[in-house]
Amino acid sequence: MAASPSIAVGHRLMPGRARAGLVFAVLLPAVLAAFAWALTAGDLSIPLAEVANALFGAGDDMAARVVRELRLPRALATFACGGLLALAGALMQVLLRNPLAEPYVLGISGGAAVGALGAITLGAATFIVDASAFAGALAAMLLVFGLAHGDGSWTQTRLLLTGVIVAAGCGAVVTLMLALAPATQAQSMLFWLMGDASSANRPWPALVLLAAGLLLVLPLARDLNVLVRGELAAQALGVRVRRLRYALYLLASLFTAAAVSLVGTVGFVGLIVPHLVRLLLGNDQRVLLPVAALAGGTLLLAADTAARTAMAPMQLPVGVLTALIGVPVFLFLLARHPGR
Amino acid sequence: MTTMTHPAAQDPLLQAGGLGVRIGERWLCRDLDLQLQRGECMAVIGANGAGKTTLLHTLAGLRPAAAGQLALGGRAVQDWPLRELARFRGLLAQQQPDHFAASVLETVLVGRHPHLGRWDWEGAEDERLARAALADVGLEAMAARDILSLSGGERQRVALAALLAQAPALFLLDEPLNHLDLRYQIAVLTLFRGLAEAGRGVVMVLHDINLAARFADRIVLLDGHGGARAGSRDEVLQPALLAEAFGHPLRRAEVEGRVLFIPE
Repeated sequence: MAASPSIAVGHRLMPGRARAGLVFAVLLPAVLAAFAWALTAGDLSIPLAEVANALFGAGDDMAARVVRELRLPRALATFACGGLLALAGALMQVLLRNPLAEPYVLGISGGAAVGALGAITLGAATFIVDASAFAGALAAMLLVFGLAHGDGSWTQTRLLLTGVIVAAGCGAVVTLMLALAPATQAQSMLFWLMGDASSANRPWPALVLLAAGLLLVLPLARDLNVLVRGELAAQALGVRVRRLRYALYLLASLFTAAAVSLVGTVGFVGLIVPHLVRLLLGNDQRVLLPVAALAGGTLLLAADTAARTAMAPMQLPVGVLTALIGVPVFLFLLARHPGR
Repeated sequence: MTTMTHPAAQDPLLQAGGLGVRIGERWLCRDLDLQLQRGECMAVIGANGAGKTTLLHTLAGLRPAAAGQLALGGRAVQDWPLRELARFRGLLAQQQPDHFAASVLETVLVGRHPHLGRWDWEGAEDERLARAALADVGLEAMAARDILSLSGGERQRVALAALLAQAPALFLLDEPLNHLDLRYQIAVLTLFRGLAEAGRGVVMVLHDINLAARFADRIVLLDGHGGARAGSRDEVLQPALLAEAFGHPLRRAEVEGRVLFIPE
């Protein structure tokens, strides 16, 4: 390769607060636009002025109630979940120092799926399914941690292998439950597995976790930049590597568990969004983590709006759309930046 | 120059007494006494698997010693706060894991980490230091390049530049000549020799006995059976000792006033 820096590398030459500010200035309108679309579009098309009236005014007609009670909770929930998944993916990629890592690689989603499908098998109500998914995710997280940590070595290879094996085990249980389920339940199980936000109407836990998570992670962001250079180098540069890796694992797992128990195993957001941001802006975690969180939320929100409007009145599982949007965009960017 | 941490300028940069290093049940060295003053270069030599890297990591305070005392700059190694220690001593790791794209300059700036507060971003002074470090290793024209597009030798020089940007008083180098061609081998050793002469200290794991003889004042020789000998260059670099440690006979020769060791 010649010594001519590509534009993308030029961007990344120097990390800086000013550039980070510019990125947010571009991103925030996108966030607002995604919310505007999500709140206006649907079976009942509601003009933006009425949406604003419903949100900030005292409107109490049908449209106002649709906005306040149906669309806004769902929009906030999908946004929070997208943000959590992208953040978890970015953290997993640093933790495992592997660009292919994503939130589901360590079996968290497998555990959640076993929990959720188990609850669906028993015919439980939605919030029981959510709680059961969360419990399954936490169980998988503790299992992987316990097994990987067993002899105290806690290397990323051991962690990765343990997680992949636990995920495979969960996958087998999920397949078994699908095979045994009656057709009506199998349909809702499949929707859950593909990622479906239609029942996501309690956004606050996920939103609070996203905000708290960002506040916890941002002070560590430069430590993460150092960790990317290798554990030994990070330790020699004064980073408490073991503690940092525990924190990463715990936070990424919690983010994933919260998102998955709300919208199911939506794919690609956690893998692709961190990569998109990295391709465009570089690997400085101080920029990457908050941008990935906002971009992930925006992507999932837009995808969910498309999923419920594209073939209305039928609602598609949002996970299908994230894959359909994410894959070509990612391949296009990869083709523009060969050698990554 | 940056503000280096000088706990007490007259204390030795490195002082070990009765140091023992062990992996599992195997002793790599026992009862090792060594001292490094400002201005000195020390080479650690020995056969493959003799424990050079493990000893270097122990000296860096990255793993606990199995026996003995170790002080850096007159302070016991376990009493140093990690970030302060990272401003006092720097380590060049044997391997440079590069998994993600990043510019060369960005990678070198990572060396400034221990000098920055939690919320600080790298500033103009940090960039100046990083660019100066790149110039020192002959990479000033490559600041914008992606590290994943570099050759092995160029990556090694990027890692050296990051260490220079870290600006410690004590440099611990694990095989600094990895992947380097002849020209840069000499250039890098000359650079660190000069830094030592300017008042810092260098401990480096080397494979080439002749380069050790040329650039180091003090030598630590690990024999691979738990024995270690530390001393001046002339005390340690003796054909009989080297032959025993490396398991191969050597002959000492002098060519134009320079000592050379030639394998039989």
